[in-house]
Amino acid sequence: MKIIVNGEAADTRAGTLAALLAELGLGDAIVATAVNGAMVRAVKREATPIADGDRVEILAPMQGG
Amino acid sequence: MDAMTEKTTHADTVEFYGARVNSRLLLGTAQYPSPAILAEAIRASGTEIVTVSLRRESGVAKSGQSFWQIIRDLGVKVLPNTAGCKTVKEAITTAEMARELFGTPWVKLEVIGEDDTLQPDVFGLVEAARTLVRDGFQVFPYTTEDLVVAEKLISAGCEVLMPWGAPIGSGRGLNNPYGLRSMRAHFPGIPLVVDAGVGVPSHAAAAMEMGYDAVLLNTAVAKAGDPVRMARAFARAIEAGREALIADPMEVRDMAAPSTPVMGRAVLGQ
Repeated sequence: MKIIVNGEAADTRAGTLAALLAELGLGDAIVATAVNGAMVRAVKREATPIADGDRVEILAPMQGG
Repeated sequence: MDAMTEKTTHADTVEFYGARVNSRLLLGTAQYPSPAILAEAIRASGTEIVTVSLRRESGVAKSGQSFWQIIRDLGVKVLPNTAGCKTVKEAITTAEMARELFGTPWVKLEVIGEDDTLQPDVFGLVEAARTLVRDGFQVFPYTTEDLVVAEKLISAGCEVLMPWGAPIGSGRGLNNPYGLRSMRAHFPGIPLVVDAGVGVPSHAAAAMEMGYDAVLLNTAVAKAGDPVRMARAFARAIEAGREALIADPMEVRDMAAPSTPVMGRAVLGQ
């Protein structure tokens, strides 16, 4: 299944957002997530399916001014 | 410093949404030469509030995880920003993600309207602030010194205002001292923070002498040759400016007035 993760094309077999994070090695990471421009809370990741063409954003704490 | 002065200084705290802090310096965490220098600069500045952001995390580098560990170890409060957001929707979604990630209702709300100046889009700002306050956020809006916009932000529920000194990262200082003074005079009860454009400690001291409650800066420290030393310099300047305000400065006059007594002066000529 082809999706976009953080702006880059990716191939995944993950059925849910939680599975995608695990697949990317971010299962335990402190991140916030959005699918197709809408935030998905951490508690909803297990129940959020990933479909072909989805745009996923995975954001982490970063330096800022 | 005698005991009395020291006591007064220590009691002079500032409050943002019920959170009382001693330091009137809010420090950004971006653009430092290294994570170690960032941590040292934060410590040297004495700041209790640092700004942070949200950016894409890669599963390989995981740079966000190590950054977050540094900030948590320092024990400072975090003020997440919505830097780079150009639309109300983007800013709101970013704020929501930041709230979950950082576990704070605080957000430094930026809605950027123009690329060259990074000037706030004040229309979008007011709209986003209204929505976020309704949603339980405590909004620190990055705004201009426009009084009407400020009124609207307060009506929207903002209890802090952060007017720019000059464009972000420009180091130009206080571009519109008259506007900033007017703002201070119009909103005596609202915590006001000069945010952005500060280049050197004297700019920060000037903001404090004007009666601003605090100063938020980043590039001036991060891009200094010695960020740790500069962080310390800003801390001192902000304290000096605040002390000067409380001390009630003399009136400015146009003509000279001798400071040495005239009475009793010897006549030595002729």
